Amino acid sequence: MNPAIQMKAITKTFPGVLANDKIDFVVEKGETHGLLGENGAGKTVLMSVLYGLYQPDEGQIYVNGKEVKMDSPATAIRLGIGMVHQHFMLVPSLTVAENIILGREPAKDKVLLDMDRTLREVKASCERYNLEVDLKAAIYALPVGLQQRVEILKILYRGTDILILDEPTSVLTPQEVSELFKAVRALKEQGKTVIFISHKLREVLSICDKITVLKRGKVVGTVRGKDTNLGELAKMMVGREVIYKFDKRPMDGREVVLKVEGLKALDERGLPALKGIDFEICASEILGIAGVEGNGQTELVETLTGLRKATEGKILLNNTDITRASPYERIRSGISHVPEDRYKRGLISDFSVMENLILGSHNRPPFAKWGGRLDLGETSKYTQKLINDFSIKTQSEDTPTRHLSGGTQQRVILAREISREPKLIIASQPTRGLDVGATEFVRSKLVEMRDHGCAVLLVSADLDEIWALSDRIAVMYEGKIAAIRDPQKTTEEELGLLMAGGKSG
Amino acid sequence: MEAQGVATSKIRSWLKSGLERAYPQIIAILLAFLVGAVVLVATGHSPQDAYIAMLSGAFGDKYGIGQTFTQATPIIFTALAFLFAFKCGLFNIGAEGQLIVGALAAALAGISFGDVPAFIHIPMALLAGALAGGLWGLMPAILKTRLGAHEVITTMMLSYVATYLTSYMVNYPFKAPGWVAQTVPIAASAELPRILSPTQLSASIFIAVAFAGLIFYCLQRTAFGYAVRATGLNPPAAESGGINVKREMILALVISGAIAGLGGAGEVLGVHRRFIDGFSPGYGWDGLAVALVGGLHPIGVILAAILFGALRSGGMTMTRATGVPLDIVTILQALVVLFVTAPMLIRYLVRRGRYRG
Repeated sequence: MNPAIQMKAITKTFPGVLANDKIDFVVEKGETHGLLGENGAGKTVLMSVLYGLYQPDEGQIYVNGKEVKMDSPATAIRLGIGMVHQHFMLVPSLTVAENIILGREPAKDKVLLDMDRTLREVKASCERYNLEVDLKAAIYALPVGLQQRVEILKILYRGTDILILDEPTSVLTPQEVSELFKAVRALKEQGKTVIFISHKLREVLSICDKITVLKRGKVVGTVRGKDTNLGELAKMMVGREVIYKFDKRPMDGREVVLKVEGLKALDERGLPALKGIDFEICASEILGIAGVEGNGQTELVETLTGLRKATEGKILLNNTDITRASPYERIRSGISHVPEDRYKRGLISDFSVMENLILGSHNRPPFAKWGGRLDLGETSKYTQKLINDFSIKTQSEDTPTRHLSGGTQQRVILAREISREPKLIIASQPTRGLDVGATEFVRSKLVEMRDHGCAVLLVSADLDEIWALSDRIAVMYEGKIAAIRDPQKTTEEELGLLMAGGKSG
Repeated sequence: MEAQGVATSKIRSWLKSGLERAYPQIIAILLAFLVGAVVLVATGHSPQDAYIAMLSGAFGDKYGIGQTFTQATPIIFTALAFLFAFKCGLFNIGAEGQLIVGALAAALAGISFGDVPAFIHIPMALLAGALAGGLWGLMPAILKTRLGAHEVITTMMLSYVATYLTSYMVNYPFKAPGWVAQTVPIAASAELPRILSPTQLSASIFIAVAFAGLIFYCLQRTAFGYAVRATGLNPPAAESGGINVKREMILALVISGAIAGLGGAGEVLGVHRRFIDGFSPGYGWDGLAVALVGGLHPIGVILAAILFGALRSGGMTMTRATGVPLDIVTILQALVVLFVTAPMLIRYLVRRGRYRG
């Protein structure tokens, strides 16, 4: 039998970048095939070539044994290939059903939209693939996990046999991830071919029949899921053993840096998001905030950084009340912030590396001279130093950060925030979407800051991360701190129970 | 010698990058004239004659050049006004109104004080124009930051308010004796010197060019400009970086309005020497187009304004010499804007050209 997809010697270059270097990639019918690699390894480019978004410089593509010229996504769709992008292509104000039929609306008398038939058809495909979702709900009201499900339903509705999922888990909570995996298994049972792009070893290993590893635009190898393990995949991916453990110096200071008392705040809809939060962080301490996303973590971080108003309670930094201080004043008083959403909050993507590195200090010496003139010489010197110290991979200091990979972007943010010599770092999902190398770098930097006497508030949906880094773990549930635990004296079961709202002994 | 070599190579690379930036604009302009030629042929005119007449009208003699730059001057101001607000992420499409209130304020300042020396009177009148324009920018800024009213609507509406308010002012309280709705002439001490008599070209053009440089410097080389651009590109990230986004927006709109107001003041003090109702044939709207044609870059804005000025002044000569209706100028302007704002098309044509070449 012919393979569903066969890509032969695909080469794709961009100015100065060899994104795909003679890549051979074969996917058999009905298999779930993982495409694994660090950020910038060429996974997304390869899939964009397959989906007709890019034209390869060299190489051939065969679908079901026939050579095809993939000149546009329309061609790909016609050949039964569908892609779920990292950023969803949905119309927020339309309903689920309307989004699913978009572009293929069933019509009565060729003119009128046949909504009954629509609902019937869409419902049928929901049931067939075991993907449940309220068809009449508006997209904007749905959580990300369900929006993704709509994306999948949409491409299935178009009669897709081969699904490309681009980093599908990067935006999902752990619960949503397990839901997604169920769906992927259901698709496999229905005979669908799935290409699963990811850089998360565990996920790929748990869901994929076969795994192809890319590194620097080349194929390292293809292995069977059954015949491999985490260590081997990691080695293939980065070419070395990944260290998952950190050696931390014992905490020396017991001086309280941040003290939060009875903190309350509202969310966007005006409903209580924080319902009385109390905790302290000492110098040389990492407090990890664990919890299912959406339990007030985002609001907590925003309230602490001054981006959201506290309705009640107090925030004390080194015994100074900063509850009413502006974001600017908080930066000045020693709070650094690594935001959860680095595209939206962390970087100005059209700004150069240099411009991004001085954000927040741009109006102060040595970057600004008398009268607010920018000192480009000093700024450039500073930028060169940070590019070296933080191994920021960029062509020049003037490159817009938009052109950098996700991991490099996070290095820019981290470089900026750490070099300010903060007393407190608030890091929210600092390694989300990053490859193994960048993740390790970010984590080791946070530990290094802690060892130097900095207080660190780490908010992460990744329990392994919390576990590996935290001196104490606070579990957030429904706008409150459910409990604070010593990582040495707690178990995964206990934390899981607390995260789900249960009481523990 | 070596330093000189470095300097010339720097200038050369700067020119080269400038040309590269202007590439789509230049092609858009050529395309516009090409399509314009088709229109001319279709209506029974000779495009060659018309364009030559236009070119010689705009640049052929002292009078034409004076006219061209006179027309370009207020458009430079309004385009810079649009550009500055745009860099802060705001669409100030009310430069027309800001220009008009600035013009009236400058006229009143020019009339009111008789016995002050020119070196005080002129700056004072210019300042009055800038303040009035700034006030016209402040109102939509407050409406936006306090109430969330979109500046596209408010700046445009306030433009009409400005038109009718100033019209009322020069029809009633400040009307000069006679039939025309205008103020009395300003004092001689408030007159901006004309620099190419007998044309109306005044020193206002130097102010315009100076402001282009000033705005470039402010945006690229100052902490304030940095904050303005950061706000324009990504407000949430700017906010996280400690920038007071609302404050920057208010300042940007006020400065934007002030620049347009200054342009109006320049018209009154340099060209008309009084406020005449309806003196602006739509400089504010042209400014928007010129800002886009100029690639939202201060130097591009100057060049694009000269193009628009040339179309206006050359157009009249063309009509006189060849009988081609003046409407072709409007068509050409529209085509330039159309092609500039259709960069996809230009890029496609460039790519095809490259494949063939």
